[in-house]
Amino acid sequence: MALSREQMARRVARELRDGYYVNLGIGIPTLVANHVPEGIDVMLQSENGLLGMGPFPTEDEADADLINAGKQTVTSRRGAATFDSADSFAMIRGGHIDLTVLGAFEVDVEGNIASWTIPGKMVKGMGGAMDLVAGAGNIVVTMTHASKDGESKLLPRCTLPLTGARCIRRVLTDLAYLEIEGGAFVLRERAPGVTVEEIAARTAGKLIVPADVPEMRF
Amino acid sequence: MRGFDKRVGSYAEALDGLSDGMTVLAGGFGLCGIPENLIAEIRRRGTRDLTVVSNNCGIDGVGLGLLLEGRQIRKMIASYVGENALFERQLLGGELEVELTPQGTLAEKLRAGGAGIPAFYTATGHGTPVAEGKEVREFHGRPYILEAAITGDFAVVKGWRADRFGNVVYRRTARNFNPLAAAAARVTVVEVEEIVEPGELDPDAIHTPGIYVDRLIQGRFEKRIERLTLRA
Repeated sequence: MALSREQMARRVARELRDGYYVNLGIGIPTLVANHVPEGIDVMLQSENGLLGMGPFPTEDEADADLINAGKQTVTSRRGAATFDSADSFAMIRGGHIDLTVLGAFEVDVEGNIASWTIPGKMVKGMGGAMDLVAGAGNIVVTMTHASKDGESKLLPRCTLPLTGARCIRRVLTDLAYLEIEGGAFVLRERAPGVTVEEIAARTAGKLIVPADVPEMRF
Repeated sequence: MRGFDKRVGSYAEALDGLSDGMTVLAGGFGLCGIPENLIAEIRRRGTRDLTVVSNNCGIDGVGLGLLLEGRQIRKMIASYVGENALFERQLLGGELEVELTPQGTLAEKLRAGGAGIPAFYTATGHGTPVAEGKEVREFHGRPYILEAAITGDFAVVKGWRADRFGNVVYRRTARNFNPLAAAAARVTVVEVEEIVEPGELDPDAIHTPGIYVDRLIQGRFEKRIERLTLRA
């Protein structure tokens, strides 16, 4: 069975460590905040200028001056800090964020990522995504392994305009957890009940399958 | 003696001298921390052919979306413009030019502009369409692209509180691009929710020191919420 969005978030959450400053993108990455393991504390950074993002507000708490990068109302937690956009991206570009989780349309065997535009459709802009992938050492990309019509999103070479070049080393899909090394995807874990053959059939880029590929447990 | 008193008497006076073809730097992220009354005044003035530098371009009928309605923007420099149907129509119709800029690069371009730094190298955008036509240089074995600073003729800025001398404090995430825009323009106009006497603000807590501020006005704000999201 392919992983649900919640299971993907739970798997990524296992990469969190006590004391991490973490930037979570929109979509599945946002759900990671709901699965922080017991006994550790992490601080969420929102690139519009908040370190220490808390849960969504109650109706009484909602504040037009306190939003996240997706423009949703949020709260700040105890010990939060606010700052301007240059400071926020100094944290990101200066390599101070311990873990970045973001979505993508495509990744390839060289660690290239395409996530911001599909030519021919309306160009909305890259927001902070190019800064995040260029600045973070520790990035996990979350995406479905293949498109709805079965086309692989793990490619020999990205076909869409890039968000960043040679910057991705770890990908969690609904089928597998993979690392990018030496011009190939290395299959590290399988979703429960998903076979190596199923994953290989949906991986267009070169795939290395180690002798033992454990199933994820939830 | 006027001294350092930056207050002006009206929004018309606040934007006196703004003319066609100028570059306007606007603070705000989405609708959070936007100088809503100053934007409305630009709309009222009907100033045209503006180059507007702002992270976003408002939404239909709100914020910078008002200037799209007035067909007053010729070129938009922004990181994300996806919330605005009118923007798309004007872009596809060739009325509007857009220069999409990574958000951190946009912030740093303004910071550099305000600090007298003409350009800087950054890894952001290398190997992507953003790098096209830009100088690439390696430092410590990694490629970086050269990005030019941005300065403006006018900055329109939204603060929370300021003293008469133009020392400004912002609130929560409404700070965003506001202090960067404030420092990077020839004429910086700040609107705030409250103006207080010099000495009432803690000098250690000033975000934009008054040296950057030319004109100051107290306004009333709608502070529209773009995406009200509540805890279940």
